[in-house]
Amino acid sequence: MNVVVVRYNAGNICSVINALRRIGVEPLVTDDAAALAAADCVIFPGQGEAANTMAYLRESGLGEVIRGLKQPVLGICIGQQLLCAHSEEGDTPCLSVFESPVLRFPATCAEGRVKIPQIGWNTIENLRTPLFDGLKEGDFVYFVHSFYVPDCAAAIARTTYGGVTYASALRRGNFYTTQFHPEKSGDVGLRILHNFIHLCHD
Amino acid sequence: MLAKRIIPCLDVKDGRTVKGINFVNLRDAGDPVELGKAYSEQGADELVFLDIAATHEGRKTFTDMVSRVAADISIPFTVGGGIHELSDVARLLEAGADKVSLNSAALRNPQLVNEIAAHFGSQVCVAAIDARCDADGWYCYVNGGRIRVERTLFDWAREVADRGAGEILFTSMDHDGVKQGFPNEALARLSDELSIPVIASGGAGAREHFADAFRLGHADAALAASVFHFGEIKIPELKRYLHNEGISVRL
Repeated sequence: MNVVVVRYNAGNICSVINALRRIGVEPLVTDDAAALAAADCVIFPGQGEAANTMAYLRESGLGEVIRGLKQPVLGICIGQQLLCAHSEEGDTPCLSVFESPVLRFPATCAEGRVKIPQIGWNTIENLRTPLFDGLKEGDFVYFVHSFYVPDCAAAIARTTYGGVTYASALRRGNFYTTQFHPEKSGDVGLRILHNFIHLCHD
Repeated sequence: MLAKRIIPCLDVKDGRTVKGINFVNLRDAGDPVELGKAYSEQGADELVFLDIAATHEGRKTFTDMVSRVAADISIPFTVGGGIHELSDVARLLEAGADKVSLNSAALRNPQLVNEIAAHFGSQVCVAAIDARCDADGWYCYVNGGRIRVERTLFDWAREVADRGAGEILFTSMDHDGVKQGFPNEALARLSDELSIPVIASGGAGAREHFADAFRLGHADAALAASVFHFGEIKIPELKRYLHNEGISVRL
């Protein structure tokens, strides 16, 4: 099983590597186009700021390589946002695998001031696709983010924060994404990673 | 709905937890990794490890411990203690920590908060504030609460938030260790004035105190040490209680 984690200028990918090891997968961490093309599946993780990470992906050519991947790809957090069309963070054009925009949470909602970033455990609902096999509606996963993808046809999970019900996971063809961090979401998150790896066998 | 977080805090010296810990079925209750796993299995939402060693050798042992925790535990964890410059943050993040907490170092060198936020993102930077309610108001203290700094709690909290801190961890020296509850009035003011999450720390003695910190203090998370370590409050029972009180928690 050849699982590749994309190496680029986004922070903290070591928790993804640790989580994969815990489900018995030793990933290859690389930015090499040939290695990415040869992978059984690819994880595009990270924390970071949209404009900087996107500039790096364009200049290095890595963005086009990721866009062109045919095997299952899992974008996590900023990985999800970079696969969308455009981010309000730094007014950044992104990779447009998904047509959705990425918006900043509103500063206020009916309940009052919205704390930004959203930090902590929130529920996922309306779960679709085998990525969530074995999970229950309302299971908790761990989020850290200031920007979100509005609800859309590509949504395979939904979450509510700051008065907004948004797409907390997306799918289009071989591309799957989560706004939350499965690698930091305890057993629920490990199950999602396990399910993703399993998609590659089908 | 976003859940309120319950966070156990472990003091670590030379790679071992310091306080006597009263856990059953642990091979080594002094091992922070074993304890972290036990807390994770009990439903802790996050863990905080504070390095209280002061030596270079102790720092290295602590970094090794961070790597072992990262390999074994898949919930977020924060580390604090001995962070003075950007390279300390880089070392701990590379070892696998998710966040770092800064206390005296931020008051001595506020620019460090901006640097951490710019390099690693706001979500990495937890600003810990020790404060006491003196006759002239809430003031910040450094050096483990020994030295008063001429900054009020609210003024300093707003400044670190503006500088890019992702969360505030507020410990009231008047409440810490007394087990009479959290400083809910000050907490509520902090939480309402700031647009970043506030973690209540120090003062928990009963499960009702947690409910009060969330309802009256508007806290986003609550941290405690000894009540968890000595088994006086068990996390699964605490969360069940909070759930029954109508407070959103991860069960």
